[in-house]
Amino acid sequence: MKWFGLIATVFTGILLLSAVPDFAAFGDPDSPANGGLGDHPSVSQYYITDTYTDTKVPNIVTAVLADYRGYDTMFETVVIFAAGIAIFAILRSFSGPVAPSHPTAIDTSVEGDHQRIIIGTTCRVIIPVIQLFALYVVAHGHHSPGGGFQGGVILGASFILVALAKDLSAALGRFSEKRYLALGSVGILIYAGFGLLCVALERNFLDYEILHRIMPATDPIMARSHSMLGVEVGVAFTVTAIMFAIYANLSSKGRLEQGF
Amino acid sequence: MEFLNASVIPYFNYWIYVVLMMIGLHAMITKNNLIKKLIGMSIFQTAIILFYVSIGVKTGSTIPILEHHHDEGHAETAHAVAESGDHHAEETDHEKSDHGNNEHAIEADHGIDPDHFANPLPHVLMLTAIVVGVSTLGVALAISQSIYKDFGSLEENEILAKIKQGGPGVDV
Amino acid sequence: MIVPFDIIILIFLVITALISLRVRDLLGATMILGVYSFLICLLWAEMGAVDVAFTEAAVGAGVSTVFMIATIYHTRRHSSD
Repeated sequence: MKWFGLIATVFTGILLLSAVPDFAAFGDPDSPANGGLGDHPSVSQYYITDTYTDTKVPNIVTAVLADYRGYDTMFETVVIFAAGIAIFAILRSFSGPVAPSHPTAIDTSVEGDHQRIIIGTTCRVIIPVIQLFALYVVAHGHHSPGGGFQGGVILGASFILVALAKDLSAALGRFSEKRYLALGSVGILIYAGFGLLCVALERNFLDYEILHRIMPATDPIMARSHSMLGVEVGVAFTVTAIMFAIYANLSSKGRLEQGF
Repeated sequence: MEFLNASVIPYFNYWIYVVLMMIGLHAMITKNNLIKKLIGMSIFQTAIILFYVSIGVKTGSTIPILEHHHDEGHAETAHAVAESGDHHAEETDHEKSDHGNNEHAIEADHGIDPDHFANPLPHVLMLTAIVVGVSTLGVALAISQSIYKDFGSLEENEILAKIKQGGPGVDV
Repeated sequence: MIVPFDIIILIFLVITALISLRVRDLLGATMILGVYSFLICLLWAEMGAVDVAFTEAAVGAGVSTVFMIATIYHTRRHSSD
């Protein structure tokens, strides 16, 4: 097996390395991916030059993610949700309490108490700031790096921090299983709902322009910008819920009670 | 030295991505421990993402976020809608707005030079790939835990030996 | 894009990748993988892919390390190779 692995790796490596000189040089603005071929400009050039007039969103990555390639992002979100459901199916067990295989790491000595006080107080101070930052990342994704995926991961990480600082049941008290499963589904429903709303107004799925008819005080361009915020919020919901769900199941072997 | 200048230096990123990919692939095939295989998979995955992001780099470009002004946002919107028919009128402002001179930084689509901004398309594709990657890593870890519950080990040879002896769940 | 910075980080990337696969203590290997993720995040920020770098900093260096530690805690910490 060792030799087979080495031979397979070296063979693949040589194959890939032999193709390397065919690439455009690193950082070449005129390479086919950046500048297009011949008279045909690359689609990325359209994104760079026209995003702001089309959507009024300065962060091109957010605009492409949530508007031009909306289908892609929607089904990536569905993949994340499916991963959460898969972990639920693999690990979650509803059997009664079982003696822990590891001794739980609760130290009752004086030193342990001090450590818990330090960690607990620090986390109590820092967690609201993290959550506020996560919401900022979601809401300000149009103007700065960020968006639903990053904000959702940070928000989920703040709940993981609660579980690490106290224990899993404290985190589950704030964000129970029922809630995170509901929140994960609601996120996708928000995203798909924006698409279906466009269909209801006789446009294509996820063609946000038409939403200016039902959004107050917007025009077709700002409607795209606001709808992008809406779908980013949906993505953030799903990602938050699934990140915490994965942690909760992995850290407690699917029993959602002990964990660490 | 000739060889270095001609085919290593301009493609340095691509060489390293191939090396990282080989490291990851080798670990996935030959490592005995399942967690080590997953670490190899992570390295393989980041190598591919590194390749995609390297494609989108342009020398002398900046990050793909345009300059803009908050306070003008709504006033400009009305402006843009009124003129949405004739963007071509503004084509003459081409040079002026290139260097981020604030007054007319973004007023028409044709005032933006694509070579000034990194290619956003690979970024978008890879951003979602990273987040999907972590959720699939979660599924893989869940399967590892479930294997450990059934076989009491994460070493490939021990698991195979137990399977030969008589299926899963023999002894935990 | 700053070429010397680029080359230094890429060399460190290969070193951390090799070390994280050599170390037999899985907890150590996971922490070094976190270092690897953080280095690659720096590399992407330097290439102008700020959104990707942000995601990698939150996901690769943060959450995926925590997931792996959670699994190692419930299985065995030592690896045979």
